[in-house]
Amino acid sequence: MIRAMVFVALLLAVLPLSPARAVNPDEMLTDPALEHRARVISKDLRCLVCQNQSIDDSDAGLAKDLRVLVRERLKAGDSNEQVIDYVVARYGDFVLLKPPVKASTLVLWAGPAVVALFGILALILFYRRRRTASPVAAQPLSAEERARLNKLLEGDAP
Amino acid sequence: MKSRLPYLLPLGLFLVLALYFAVGLTKDPKIIPSALIDKPAPEFTLPPVAGGKTPGFATADLKKGQVSIVNVFASWCVPCRAEHPEINKLAKMGIVPVYGLNYKDTPQAARAWLNQLGDNYTATGADESGRVGIDWGVYGVPETFIVDGTGRIRFKHVGPIVGDKLEKEILPLIRQIQGTGK
Repeated sequence: MIRAMVFVALLLAVLPLSPARAVNPDEMLTDPALEHRARVISKDLRCLVCQNQSIDDSDAGLAKDLRVLVRERLKAGDSNEQVIDYVVARYGDFVLLKPPVKASTLVLWAGPAVVALFGILALILFYRRRRTASPVAAQPLSAEERARLNKLLEGDAP
Repeated sequence: MKSRLPYLLPLGLFLVLALYFAVGLTKDPKIIPSALIDKPAPEFTLPPVAGGKTPGFATADLKKGQVSIVNVFASWCVPCRAEHPEINKLAKMGIVPVYGLNYKDTPQAARAWLNQLGDNYTATGADESGRVGIDWGVYGVPETFIVDGTGRIRFKHVGPIVGDKLEKEILPLIRQIQGTGK
């Protein structure tokens, strides 16, 4: 029992030191500059199987195939843009973790700013109105109101 | 009395957002629209599954003037097993050639799978590296493409064709694409 607990404790202590690396050493390019570009590109490409991971993070088979493909294109002399365009031509804009700015994605990009603008506008209007509003307490009671108030106060007395 | 509009604005905004998200939630996030719809099928030549009954196929086979089906499958894919009887049914109808794209499989496993479940494909190409699959934008098997007579991809179905999907979705689409000619 104690042995098992020690084992688990050791395991937990060691685990954070070895983060899951999807990129296998045998996939890596010998040229460090090219390999670096490959990593940059694959961090921006979505793994379509697991969807919210990049192919750089994912262990899915398709992610591995795409990583190898990216490296092949780079070795063949493609620029980063050409490699990304190659993948987008096959999988569409969805494969990009950061969607491009275009007419169909305008709401996505401008939406938060527009909402924030509305919020700021509402705040300004709110405080402005509060400052300019005439203080209600300054208006004296009319005779009628005073009479009603007195009546109420009298009725309340013991 | 002042206008009520400013107070109704947040409610209106909430309703718009709620509707937007409600529609979004009914959609299956696993289904990604193909980037290849209405584009020509990618150029490829696939060898047959080694030792299989049918030949391989290539882009030229899809440009023979008739609507064809390309069904991406693999022996390691469980939903493919569920789907296969429907694919057999479609192939036996004889209204369209049905091509099998054997995705990232070993010839032995693919052969055994086809022998066991029935092989009615017009031809089956073996894509052992998965490269042709990537060119087709395949991200999960099974996937089924409808290609028109000019070799243009017109429709992609992601996931197994089971239940009434063949009758309700695939067959009407085939007829529709056949009807529009080419």
